[in-house]
Amino acid sequence: MRYIEPHGHMVSRTTDDYQAMVTAGCQAVCEPAFWAGFDRGSAAGFRDYFRQLTEYEPARAAKFLLPHYSWLCLNPKESEDLGLAREVLALIPEFLGRPNVLGIGEIGLNRNTRNELRILEEHVALAVRHDQLILVHTPHLEDKLKGTRLILDLLRGHPGVRPGRVIIDHVEEHTIQQVLDAGFWAGITLYPDSKSSPPRAVDMLEICGRERIWLNSACDWGVSVPLAVPKTALEMRRRGHSEDFVDAVLFRNPVRFLSQCPKFALRAESAG
Amino acid sequence: MVDHGFVPVRAKLIEVAAFLDRVERYAVADDFRCAALRRAAALLVDGRPARARRILEQLSDPTTRPDAVSSGKAALGAWAGQPPSAKRKA
Ligand SMILES: [Zn+2]
Repeated sequence: MRYIEPHGHMVSRTTDDYQAMVTAGCQAVCEPAFWAGFDRGSAAGFRDYFRQLTEYEPARAAKFLLPHYSWLCLNPKESEDLGLAREVLALIPEFLGRPNVLGIGEIGLNRNTRNELRILEEHVALAVRHDQLILVHTPHLEDKLKGTRLILDLLRGHPGVRPGRVIIDHVEEHTIQQVLDAGFWAGITLYPDSKSSPPRAVDMLEICGRERIWLNSACDWGVSVPLAVPKTALEMRRRGHSEDFVDAVLFRNPVRFLSQCPKFALRAESAG
Repeated sequence: MVDHGFVPVRAKLIEVAAFLDRVERYAVADDFRCAALRRAAALLVDGRPARARRILEQLSDPTTRPDAVSSGKAALGAWAGQPPSAKRKA
């Protein structure tokens, strides 16, 4: 079995996790920039984080022969300080040329505030200006529906945004259809206590079609399971889905989206 | 489908029931989240499809304008405002 982990915060995981992922068939891991669990105090703190995502973490993954890619941004949780947010936005272009950078993400909304929307808009403009792929985080729990609508409105209102180059992540049953209907890709996150479970993820695939959907574990420092994506294959097989279905959702779909960035490449033996 | 799914889901349903009992014993059943859970649970047996979607919608903030300022707090899982149906009853 082969699969892609398109959303994993590996800086907060152990080498044991890398080993387990590779053993389970992981062919590449993609790491969006995210919140550290506390608000960073300065732009210099972000510069160090971007160096970690583009220098240190790919080297750590390479020890397990795993290609590592990253996405850069300032997390919506840290958008309230507009001054700091704009300093960080100004830093990003110098990192976009790094060999493992796929695009801008995970941008989006957290508590659906005006400042978060402002910084989201500036991230989108930056991505369009530099012709980057976009990975969008949708808010948690009771904020997800409203946040998804605000995000869709903003993206649809931007003339430079091509929906096929944007993935809107952490969709659930109440948001997936509007994301797909607007032409965007949708990411389903497999979490033990929130977001989606493997059975619900497979329900959504059965109901909404598998064309523009990827699955991810979004593993980080919180309650999360780095092997959630390959474990979901069992739920698919139990329901009688073919190996081709499993491969399409877990491997070929993320590869199709990510390959829109010419830097995305797999090791020769997994690409076949 | 049923052979594999029934026992784990049975366990989750009993957890819901025990949680609702527990918050009553501890006299915190008035918390807006507990009230939201009871309203959401009613959708399970209304005989209509798309229960998961409808429960998620019912637990969501239905407003559409961005908030002026952040509360600085994390989301809680249920909307703290008054749902239109509860308002009518009140
Ligand atoms: Zn994430």
